[in-house]
Amino acid sequence: MTKDANPAGAADGGGDGRGSPVGRRVVLGMLAAGAAGVAAAPFLQRAYDETLGAAAQKDPTGLSGLLPAGGGFRYYSVTGSVPEKDAGSYRLTVDGLVRHRARYHLDDLRRMPQTRLVRDVQCVTGWRVPGTPFEGVRLSALLDAAGVRPEAKAVRFTCFDGTYSESLTLAQARRDDVLVALRMQDKPLAHAHGGPVRLYVAPMYFYKSAKWLSGITVTDHVAPGYWENLGYDVDAWVGRSNGRDDAPTT
Amino acid sequence: MPPPPDAPSAPAARPRVPRFTPAEHRVHQATAALMAVCVLTAGCLYLPFLAELVGRRALMVTVHEWSGILLPVPVLLGPFSRALRADLTRLNRYGPHDRRWLRSALRRRGGRPAGKFNAGQKLYAAWIAGAVLVMLGTGLLMWSTLPQALGLVRAGTPVPLVWRTGATFVHDWLALAVILVIAGHVGKAYGDPESRRGMRTGSVDARWARREHPLWRHEDGERRGNGEGRDAQRHQPRS
Repeated sequence: MTKDANPAGAADGGGDGRGSPVGRRVVLGMLAAGAAGVAAAPFLQRAYDETLGAAAQKDPTGLSGLLPAGGGFRYYSVTGSVPEKDAGSYRLTVDGLVRHRARYHLDDLRRMPQTRLVRDVQCVTGWRVPGTPFEGVRLSALLDAAGVRPEAKAVRFTCFDGTYSESLTLAQARRDDVLVALRMQDKPLAHAHGGPVRLYVAPMYFYKSAKWLSGITVTDHVAPGYWENLGYDVDAWVGRSNGRDDAPTT
Repeated sequence: MPPPPDAPSAPAARPRVPRFTPAEHRVHQATAALMAVCVLTAGCLYLPFLAELVGRRALMVTVHEWSGILLPVPVLLGPFSRALRADLTRLNRYGPHDRRWLRSALRRRGGRPAGKFNAGQKLYAAWIAGAVLVMLGTGLLMWSTLPQALGLVRAGTPVPLVWRTGATFVHDWLALAVILVIAGHVGKAYGDPESRRGMRTGSVDARWARREHPLWRHEDGERRGNGEGRDAQRHQPRS
Protein backbone atom coordinates (compact mmCIF):
# COMPACT_ATOMS: atom_id res chain seq x y z
CA MET A 1 0.00 0.00 0.00
CA THR A 2 2.90 2.35 0.60
CA LYS A 3 4.39 1.88 -2.85
CA ASP A 4 1.42 3.53 -4.54
CA ALA A 5 1.89 6.98 -5.86
CA ASN A 6 -0.36 8.67 -3.39
CA PRO A 7 -0.39 12.45 -3.49
CA ALA A 8 -3.03 12.82 -0.77
CA GLY A 9 -1.18 10.47 1.54
CA ALA A 10 2.17 12.00 0.72
CA ALA A 11 0.89 15.47 1.50
CA ASP A 12 -0.31 14.18 4.85
CA GLY A 13 2.90 12.40 5.66
CA GLY A 14 2.38 8.87 4.49
CA GLY A 15 -0.97 7.66 5.88
CA ASP A 16 -1.58 4.31 7.52
CA GLY A 17 1.05 2.20 9.20
CA ARG A 18 3.77 4.83 9.21
CA GLY A 19 4.73 7.61 11.58
CA SER A 20 5.62 7.61 15.23
CA PRO A 21 4.52 4.71 17.46
CA VAL A 22 2.30 6.86 19.67
CA GLY A 23 0.01 3.90 20.40
CA ARG A 24 2.80 1.99 22.08
CA ARG A 25 3.75 5.09 24.06
CA VAL A 26 0.17 5.48 25.30
CA VAL A 27 0.10 1.83 26.45
CA LEU A 28 3.45 2.18 28.22
CA GLY A 29 2.34 5.52 29.66
CA MET A 30 -0.77 3.86 31.12
CA LEU A 31 1.40 1.16 32.70
CA ALA A 32 3.70 3.79 34.19
CA ALA A 33 0.75 5.82 35.45
CA GLY A 34 -0.77 2.68 36.98
CA ALA A 35 2.47 1.85 38.80
CA ALA A 36 2.81 5.45 39.96
CA GLY A 37 -0.81 5.35 41.16
CA VAL A 38 -0.15 2.23 43.24
CA ALA A 39 2.90 3.88 44.75
CA ALA A 40 1.18 7.21 45.42
CA ALA A 41 -2.09 5.67 46.60
CA PRO A 42 -1.60 6.33 50.34
CA PHE A 43 -1.13 10.05 49.71
CA LEU A 44 -3.89 10.26 47.12
CA GLN A 45 -6.26 8.34 49.37
CA ARG A 46 -5.57 10.64 52.30
CA ALA A 47 -6.04 13.74 50.16
CA TYR A 48 -9.31 12.29 48.86
CA ASP A 49 -10.60 11.34 52.32
CA GLU A 50 -9.90 14.82 53.66
CA THR A 51 -11.64 16.65 50.83
CA LEU A 52 -14.17 14.88 48.61
CA GLY A 53 -14.55 11.89 50.94
CA ALA A 54 -15.51 14.16 53.82
CA ALA A 55 -17.98 15.97 51.58
CA ALA A 56 -19.44 12.64 50.44
CA GLN A 57 -20.33 11.78 54.04
CA LYS A 58 -22.82 14.66 53.96
CA ASP A 59 -23.99 14.14 50.38
CA PRO A 60 -27.81 14.16 50.48
CA THR A 61 -28.17 12.66 46.96
CA GLY A 62 -26.21 9.52 47.82
CA LEU A 63 -24.64 9.67 44.34
CA SER A 64 -21.16 9.90 45.84
CA GLY A 65 -21.79 6.39 47.21
CA LEU A 66 -21.09 5.21 43.65
CA LEU A 67 -17.58 6.66 43.79
CA PRO A 68 -14.79 4.40 45.02
CA ALA A 69 -14.54 4.47 48.81
CA GLY A 70 -17.25 7.10 48.88
CA GLY A 71 -19.99 5.43 50.85
CA GLY A 72 -18.68 3.88 54.05
CA PHE A 73 -20.26 0.46 54.45
CA ARG A 74 -20.53 -1.92 51.54
CA TYR A 75 -23.17 -4.57 51.22
CA TYR A 76 -21.92 -8.15 50.98
CA SER A 77 -24.28 -11.10 50.84
CA VAL A 78 -23.32 -14.65 49.97
CA THR A 79 -26.79 -15.76 48.89
CA GLY A 80 -29.22 -14.69 46.21
CA SER A 81 -31.87 -13.07 48.37
CA VAL A 82 -32.41 -12.70 52.09
CA PRO A 83 -35.89 -12.73 53.62
CA GLU A 84 -36.89 -9.68 55.64
CA LYS A 85 -37.78 -10.21 59.28
CA ASP A 86 -39.42 -7.82 61.71
CA ALA A 87 -40.43 -7.84 65.38
CA GLY A 88 -43.31 -10.17 64.50
CA SER A 89 -41.39 -12.79 62.55
CA TYR A 90 -37.90 -12.64 64.04
CA ARG A 91 -36.72 -15.41 66.39
CA LEU A 92 -33.30 -16.10 67.90
CA THR A 93 -32.70 -19.60 69.21
CA VAL A 94 -30.02 -20.60 71.71
CA ASP A 95 -29.32 -24.33 71.88
CA GLY A 96 -26.59 -26.99 71.81
CA LEU A 97 -24.60 -27.74 74.95
CA VAL A 98 -26.77 -25.62 77.26
CA ARG A 99 -28.99 -26.39 80.23
CA HIS A 100 -31.93 -24.27 79.06
CA ARG A 101 -32.63 -23.86 75.38
CA ALA A 102 -34.14 -20.51 74.62
CA ARG A 103 -36.06 -18.69 71.94
CA TYR A 104 -36.04 -14.91 71.89
CA HIS A 105 -38.39 -12.52 70.16
CA LEU A 106 -37.03 -9.14 69.15
CA ASP A 107 -38.86 -7.51 72.07
CA ASP A 108 -37.30 -9.99 74.53
CA LEU A 109 -33.87 -8.90 73.38
CA ARG A 110 -34.82 -5.23 73.55
CA ARG A 111 -35.88 -5.61 77.19
CA MET A 112 -32.49 -7.00 78.23
CA PRO A 113 -29.65 -4.71 79.42
CA GLN A 114 -28.10 -2.97 76.39
CA THR A 115 -24.42 -2.22 75.83
CA ARG A 116 -23.25 0.51 73.44
CA LEU A 117 -19.80 0.27 71.85
CA VAL A 118 -18.17 2.78 69.50
CA ARG A 119 -15.30 1.25 67.55
CA ASP A 120 -13.93 1.30 64.02
CA VAL A 121 -15.29 -1.32 61.63
CA GLN A 122 -12.57 -3.01 59.56
CA CYS A 123 -13.39 -5.25 56.62
CA VAL A 124 -10.88 -7.82 55.49
CA THR A 125 -11.22 -6.43 51.93
CA GLY A 126 -9.71 -3.16 53.14
CA TRP A 127 -12.46 -0.66 53.84
CA ARG A 128 -12.73 0.82 57.32
CA VAL A 129 -15.51 2.90 58.79
CA PRO A 130 -14.35 4.94 61.78
CA GLY A 131 -16.23 5.27 65.07
CA THR A 132 -19.38 3.28 64.41
CA PRO A 133 -21.78 2.84 67.36
CA PHE A 134 -23.28 -0.63 67.87
CA GLU A 135 -25.76 -1.37 70.62
CA GLY A 136 -27.27 -4.62 71.86
CA VAL A 137 -27.16 -7.47 74.32
CA ARG A 138 -23.83 -8.91 75.42
CA LEU A 139 -23.49 -12.40 73.98
CA SER A 140 -22.16 -13.52 77.37
CA ALA A 141 -25.49 -12.53 78.94
CA LEU A 142 -27.37 -14.85 76.58
CA LEU A 143 -24.86 -17.65 77.21
CA ASP A 144 -25.16 -17.20 80.99
CA ALA A 145 -28.94 -17.22 80.77
CA ALA A 146 -28.79 -20.50 78.85
CA GLY A 147 -26.30 -22.13 81.22
CA VAL A 148 -23.31 -23.41 79.24
CA ARG A 149 -22.38 -27.03 80.01
CA PRO A 150 -18.80 -27.77 81.14
CA GLU A 151 -17.84 -29.74 78.01
CA ALA A 152 -18.61 -26.74 75.74
CA LYS A 153 -15.67 -25.22 73.85
CA ALA A 154 -17.14 -22.99 71.15
CA VAL A 155 -20.18 -21.17 69.83
CA ARG A 156 -21.57 -21.48 66.34
CA PHE A 157 -23.79 -18.86 64.75
CA THR A 158 -26.30 -19.42 61.96
CA CYS A 159 -28.22 -16.88 59.93
CA PHE A 160 -31.65 -16.66 58.39
CA ASP A 161 -30.15 -16.02 54.95
CA GLY A 162 -29.88 -19.82 55.06
CA THR A 163 -26.17 -20.03 54.21
CA TYR A 164 -23.91 -17.89 56.33
CA SER A 165 -22.37 -19.22 59.51
CA GLU A 166 -19.68 -18.15 61.94
CA SER A 167 -17.89 -19.53 64.99
CA LEU A 168 -16.10 -18.22 68.06
CA THR A 169 -14.31 -20.04 70.84
CA LEU A 170 -16.16 -19.84 74.15
CA ALA A 171 -13.50 -17.47 75.51
CA GLN A 172 -13.90 -15.15 72.51
CA ALA A 173 -17.68 -15.32 72.76
CA ARG A 174 -17.59 -14.27 76.44
CA ARG A 175 -15.61 -11.08 75.75
CA ASP A 176 -17.52 -7.98 76.72
CA ASP A 177 -17.01 -6.42 73.27
CA VAL A 178 -19.02 -9.16 71.55
CA LEU A 179 -22.67 -8.20 71.17
CA VAL A 180 -25.89 -9.48 69.72
CA ALA A 181 -26.50 -6.11 68.13
CA LEU A 182 -29.95 -4.55 67.68
CA ARG A 183 -28.88 -1.02 66.78
CA MET A 184 -26.16 0.46 64.61
CA GLN A 185 -25.27 4.14 64.23
CA ASP A 186 -27.95 4.79 66.89
CA LYS A 187 -30.73 3.49 64.63
CA PRO A 188 -32.46 0.10 64.55
CA LEU A 189 -30.38 -2.27 62.40
CA ALA A 190 -31.61 -2.04 58.83
CA HIS A 191 -32.04 -5.18 56.72
CA ALA A 192 -29.11 -4.21 54.49
CA HIS A 193 -26.86 -4.04 57.56
CA GLY A 194 -27.99 -7.47 58.79
CA GLY A 195 -31.08 -6.39 60.72
CA PRO A 196 -33.06 -6.80 62.77
CA VAL A 197 -30.30 -8.62 64.70
CA ARG A 198 -26.67 -9.29 63.86
CA LEU A 199 -23.60 -10.44 65.67
CA TYR A 200 -21.00 -7.77 66.47
CA VAL A 201 -17.47 -8.96 67.22
CA ALA A 202 -15.64 -5.68 67.77
CA PRO A 203 -12.02 -6.88 67.82
CA MET A 204 -12.25 -9.00 64.67
CA TYR A 205 -12.60 -8.47 60.93
CA PHE A 206 -16.16 -7.68 60.03
CA TYR A 207 -16.95 -11.03 58.41
CA LYS A 208 -17.05 -12.43 61.96
CA SER A 209 -19.98 -10.10 62.69
CA ALA A 210 -22.56 -12.33 61.02
CA LYS A 211 -25.58 -10.52 59.63
CA TRP A 212 -29.19 -11.73 60.04
CA LEU A 213 -28.34 -13.76 63.13
CA SER A 214 -30.95 -16.44 63.88
CA GLY A 215 -29.22 -19.22 65.81
CA ILE A 216 -26.63 -19.54 68.59
CA THR A 217 -25.45 -23.12 69.17
CA VAL A 218 -22.97 -24.02 71.88
CA THR A 219 -20.65 -26.78 70.61
CA ASP A 220 -17.62 -28.79 71.71
CA HIS A 221 -15.42 -27.64 68.81
CA VAL A 222 -14.91 -24.63 66.54
CA ALA A 223 -16.65 -25.27 63.22
CA PRO A 224 -15.25 -22.97 60.52
CA GLY A 225 -17.82 -20.51 59.14
CA TYR A 226 -18.72 -19.67 55.55
CA TRP A 227 -15.74 -17.50 54.57
CA GLU A 228 -13.42 -19.57 56.74
CA ASN A 229 -14.23 -22.61 54.62
CA LEU A 230 -13.13 -20.42 51.68
CA GLY A 231 -9.76 -19.78 53.29
CA TYR A 232 -10.14 -16.87 55.71
CA ASP A 233 -8.83 -17.09 59.28
CA VAL A 234 -11.09 -18.39 62.06
CA ASP A 235 -9.34 -16.28 64.69
CA ALA A 236 -9.82 -13.09 62.75
CA TRP A 237 -8.26 -10.46 65.05
CA VAL A 238 -7.98 -7.15 63.22
CA GLY A 239 -4.33 -6.55 62.37
CA ARG A 240 -3.17 -10.02 63.42
CA SER A 241 -4.76 -12.35 60.88
CA ASN A 242 -5.48 -12.88 57.18
CA GLY A 243 -2.00 -11.55 56.38
CA ARG A 244 -3.08 -7.98 57.14
CA ASP A 245 -1.64 -5.40 59.49
CA ASP A 246 -4.52 -2.94 59.95
CA ALA A 247 -4.63 -0.96 63.18
CA PRO A 248 -6.60 -2.95 65.80
CA THR A 249 -10.19 -1.84 66.31
CA THR A 250 -10.18 -2.30 70.10
CA MET B 1 -15.22 8.99 -8.65
CA PRO B 2 -15.88 6.42 -11.38
CA PRO B 3 -17.97 3.40 -10.40
CA PRO B 4 -15.81 0.44 -9.37
CA PRO B 5 -15.43 -2.24 -12.04
CA ASP B 6 -17.01 -4.95 -9.93
CA ALA B 7 -20.31 -3.09 -9.78
CA PRO B 8 -21.92 -5.11 -12.66
CA SER B 9 -21.54 -8.37 -10.76
CA ALA B 10 -23.71 -6.99 -7.99
CA PRO B 11 -25.94 -4.50 -9.71
CA ALA B 12 -28.30 -3.63 -6.88
CA ALA B 13 -25.59 -3.21 -4.31
CA ARG B 14 -23.72 -0.05 -3.49
CA PRO B 15 -20.02 -0.90 -3.72
CA ARG B 16 -18.55 -2.17 -0.47
CA VAL B 17 -14.98 -2.49 0.70
CA PRO B 18 -13.62 -5.10 3.11
CA ARG B 19 -12.72 -3.69 6.51
CA PHE B 20 -12.39 -6.55 9.00
CA THR B 21 -11.75 -10.29 8.59
CA PRO B 22 -13.82 -12.91 10.42
CA ALA B 23 -10.86 -13.50 12.75
CA GLU B 24 -10.82 -9.84 13.73
CA HIS B 25 -14.56 -9.96 14.27
CA ARG B 26 -14.19 -12.94 16.60
CA VAL B 27 -11.39 -11.24 18.57
CA HIS B 28 -13.57 -8.17 18.99
CA GLN B 29 -16.57 -10.26 20.01
CA ALA B 30 -14.65 -12.32 22.57
CA THR B 31 -13.04 -9.20 24.06
CA ALA B 32 -16.38 -7.40 24.24
CA ALA B 33 -18.06 -10.39 25.91
CA LEU B 34 -15.29 -10.77 28.51
CA MET B 35 -15.32 -7.04 29.17
CA ALA B 36 -19.10 -7.09 29.64
CA VAL B 37 -18.86 -9.96 32.13
CA CYS B 38 -16.08 -8.12 33.95
CA VAL B 39 -18.06 -4.89 34.19
CA LEU B 40 -21.33 -6.60 35.20
CA THR B 41 -19.74 -8.73 37.93
CA ALA B 42 -17.83 -5.67 39.13
CA GLY B 43 -21.17 -3.90 39.45
CA CYS B 44 -22.57 -6.80 41.46
CA LEU B 45 -19.58 -6.65 43.81
CA TYR B 46 -19.44 -2.91 44.09
CA LEU B 47 -22.79 -1.18 43.72
CA PRO B 48 -24.95 -1.65 46.84
CA PHE B 49 -28.24 -1.95 44.95
CA LEU B 50 -26.85 -4.59 42.56
CA ALA B 51 -25.11 -6.40 45.41
CA GLU B 52 -28.40 -6.52 47.34
CA LEU B 53 -30.23 -7.73 44.24
CA VAL B 54 -27.77 -10.44 43.20
CA GLY B 55 -25.80 -11.42 46.31
CA ARG B 56 -23.81 -14.66 45.62
CA ARG B 57 -20.61 -12.91 46.45
CA ALA B 58 -18.22 -15.85 46.19
CA LEU B 59 -19.49 -16.73 42.70
CA MET B 60 -19.32 -13.10 41.51
CA VAL B 61 -15.73 -12.82 42.76
CA THR B 62 -14.66 -15.97 40.90
CA VAL B 63 -16.36 -14.97 37.65
CA HIS B 64 -14.90 -11.45 37.87
CA GLU B 65 -11.38 -12.72 38.48
CA TRP B 66 -11.38 -15.22 35.65
CA SER B 67 -13.06 -13.01 33.07
CA GLY B 68 -10.49 -10.35 33.94
CA ILE B 69 -7.56 -12.71 33.60
CA LEU B 70 -8.85 -13.99 30.26
CA LEU B 71 -9.60 -10.50 28.92
CA PRO B 72 -6.26 -9.94 27.10
CA VAL B 73 -6.19 -13.48 25.65
CA PRO B 74 -8.21 -12.87 22.44
CA VAL B 75 -5.98 -9.95 21.42
CA LEU B 76 -2.87 -11.93 22.33
CA LEU B 77 -4.07 -14.74 20.05
CA GLY B 78 -4.95 -12.14 17.42
CA PRO B 79 -1.50 -11.68 15.88
CA PHE B 80 -1.88 -15.18 14.42
CA SER B 81 -4.18 -13.31 12.03
CA ARG B 82 -2.22 -11.33 9.44
CA ALA B 83 -5.04 -8.82 9.08
CA LEU B 84 -5.16 -8.08 12.80
CA ARG B 85 -1.38 -7.73 12.89
CA ALA B 86 -1.59 -5.16 10.11
CA ASP B 87 -4.38 -3.31 11.91
CA LEU B 88 -2.38 -3.24 15.15
CA THR B 89 0.42 -1.56 13.20
CA ARG B 90 -2.07 0.96 11.80
CA LEU B 91 -3.36 1.65 15.33
CA ASN B 92 0.14 2.08 16.68
CA ARG B 93 1.52 4.52 14.11
CA TYR B 94 0.45 8.17 14.09
CA GLY B 95 1.07 10.48 11.16
CA PRO B 96 0.62 14.26 10.83
CA HIS B 97 -2.99 13.72 9.73
CA ASP B 98 -3.74 12.26 13.18
CA ARG B 99 -2.59 15.45 14.85
CA ARG B 100 -4.84 17.41 12.51
CA TRP B 101 -7.74 15.08 13.32
CA LEU B 102 -7.28 15.55 17.06
CA ARG B 103 -6.96 19.31 16.73
CA SER B 104 -10.14 19.49 14.67
CA ALA B 105 -11.96 17.20 17.08
CA LEU B 106 -10.97 19.31 20.09
CA ARG B 107 -11.96 22.54 18.34
CA ARG B 108 -15.05 20.92 16.87
CA ARG B 109 -14.30 22.36 13.44
CA GLY B 110 -12.03 21.73 10.49
CA GLY B 111 -11.33 18.66 8.42
CA ARG B 112 -10.70 15.35 10.08
CA PRO B 113 -8.39 13.33 7.83
CA ALA B 114 -8.07 9.69 8.83
CA GLY B 115 -6.58 6.47 7.58
CA LYS B 116 -8.25 3.15 8.25
CA PHE B 117 -8.60 4.29 11.86
CA ASN B 118 -9.01 7.88 12.92
CA ALA B 119 -6.89 9.33 15.70
CA GLY B 120 -9.72 8.99 18.20
CA GLN B 121 -10.05 5.28 17.49
CA LYS B 122 -6.29 4.87 17.77
CA LEU B 123 -6.17 6.66 21.11
CA TYR B 124 -9.09 4.61 22.39
CA ALA B 125 -7.42 1.35 21.38
CA ALA B 126 -4.12 2.23 23.04
CA TRP B 127 -5.73 3.65 26.18
CA ILE B 128 -8.03 0.70 26.75
CA ALA B 129 -5.20 -1.77 26.09
CA GLY B 130 -3.06 -0.01 28.70
CA ALA B 131 -5.99 0.25 31.11
CA VAL B 132 -6.78 -3.47 30.81
CA LEU B 133 -3.16 -4.31 31.59
CA VAL B 134 -3.17 -2.02 34.63
CA MET B 135 -6.48 -3.52 35.80
CA LEU B 136 -5.02 -6.99 35.33
CA GLY B 137 -1.86 -6.13 37.28
CA THR B 138 -3.66 -4.42 40.16
CA GLY B 139 -6.29 -7.16 40.16
CA LEU B 140 -3.62 -9.84 40.53
CA LEU B 141 -2.05 -7.88 43.41
CA MET B 142 -5.45 -7.77 45.15
CA TRP B 143 -6.15 -11.41 44.34
CA SER B 144 -2.92 -12.44 46.03
CA THR B 145 -4.78 -12.48 49.36
CA LEU B 146 -6.49 -15.60 48.15
CA PRO B 147 -3.53 -18.00 47.86
CA GLN B 148 -2.34 -16.65 51.19
CA ALA B 149 -5.70 -17.11 52.82
CA LEU B 150 -5.91 -20.63 51.43
CA GLY B 151 -2.61 -21.41 53.10
CA LEU B 152 -0.76 -21.91 49.80
CA VAL B 153 1.61 -19.10 50.78
CA ARG B 154 2.78 -18.31 54.30
CA ALA B 155 1.10 -15.27 55.82
CA GLY B 156 3.22 -12.17 55.61
CA THR B 157 5.43 -13.42 52.79
CA PRO B 158 3.63 -12.61 49.55
CA VAL B 159 2.63 -9.03 48.78
CA PRO B 160 3.23 -6.12 51.14
CA LEU B 161 0.01 -4.59 52.38
CA VAL B 162 0.78 -1.12 51.02
CA TRP B 163 1.00 -2.60 47.54
CA ARG B 164 -2.34 -4.26 47.96
CA THR B 165 -4.17 -1.20 49.24
CA GLY B 166 -2.45 0.83 46.51
CA ALA B 167 -3.59 -1.69 43.94
CA THR B 168 -7.14 -1.50 45.29
CA PHE B 169 -7.08 2.28 45.02
CA VAL B 170 -5.91 2.26 41.38
CA HIS B 171 -8.24 -0.65 40.46
CA ASP B 172 -11.29 1.19 41.87
CA TRP B 173 -10.66 4.56 40.24
CA LEU B 174 -9.43 3.20 36.92
CA ALA B 175 -12.53 0.99 36.78
CA LEU B 176 -14.64 4.13 36.88
CA ALA B 177 -12.63 5.65 34.03
CA VAL B 178 -12.76 2.43 32.00
CA ILE B 179 -16.55 2.28 32.28
CA LEU B 180 -16.89 5.90 31.13
CA VAL B 181 -14.51 5.35 28.20
CA ILE B 182 -16.26 2.13 27.13
CA ALA B 183 -19.58 3.98 27.33
CA GLY B 184 -18.07 6.52 24.92
CA HIS B 185 -16.88 3.73 22.60
CA VAL B 186 -20.31 2.07 22.58
CA GLY B 187 -22.01 5.45 22.17
CA LYS B 188 -19.87 6.29 19.12
CA ALA B 189 -20.61 2.89 17.57
CA TYR B 190 -24.31 3.33 18.31
CA GLY B 191 -24.25 6.66 16.49
CA ASP B 192 -22.68 5.24 13.31
CA PRO B 193 -24.54 2.18 11.95
CA GLU B 194 -22.11 1.78 9.04
CA SER B 195 -19.13 1.39 11.37
CA ARG B 196 -21.08 -1.21 13.33
CA ARG B 197 -21.93 -2.98 10.07
CA GLY B 198 -18.22 -2.96 9.27
CA MET B 199 -17.42 -4.88 12.43
CA ARG B 200 -20.42 -7.19 12.11
CA THR B 201 -20.27 -8.07 8.42
CA GLY B 202 -16.65 -7.31 7.60
CA SER B 203 -17.31 -4.74 4.90
CA VAL B 204 -18.39 -1.12 4.69
CA ASP B 205 -19.99 1.11 2.12
CA ALA B 206 -17.28 2.51 -0.16
CA ARG B 207 -18.69 6.02 0.03
CA TRP B 208 -18.73 5.85 3.83
CA ALA B 209 -15.11 4.72 3.74
CA ARG B 210 -14.15 7.65 1.48
CA ARG B 211 -16.00 10.12 3.69
CA GLU B 212 -14.88 8.87 7.12
CA HIS B 213 -11.48 7.43 6.26
CA PRO B 214 -10.25 9.30 3.18
CA LEU B 215 -6.60 8.29 3.64
CA TRP B 216 -7.40 4.59 3.99
CA ARG B 217 -5.79 2.73 1.08
CA HIS B 218 -7.94 -0.36 1.38
CA GLU B 219 -7.03 -3.60 -0.35
CA ASP B 220 -9.93 -3.23 -2.72
CA GLY B 221 -8.26 -0.32 -4.47
CA GLU B 222 -4.92 -2.06 -4.71
CA ARG B 223 -5.60 -5.58 -5.71
CA ARG B 224 -8.51 -5.09 -7.96
CA GLY B 225 -6.93 -7.38 -10.56
CA ASN B 226 -6.19 -10.56 -8.64
CA GLY B 227 -8.48 -10.09 -5.67
CA GLU B 228 -11.72 -9.58 -7.52
CA GLY B 229 -13.17 -13.05 -7.03
CA ARG B 230 -12.69 -13.00 -3.32
CA ASP B 231 -13.87 -9.43 -2.98
CA ALA B 232 -16.96 -10.07 -5.09
CA GLN B 233 -17.96 -12.74 -2.58
CA ARG B 234 -17.72 -10.22 0.20
CA HIS B 235 -19.60 -7.62 -1.78
CA GLN B 236 -22.86 -9.52 -1.89
CA PRO B 237 -25.72 -7.18 -1.08
CA ARG B 238 -26.92 -7.53 2.46
CA SER B 239 -30.55 -7.45 3.30
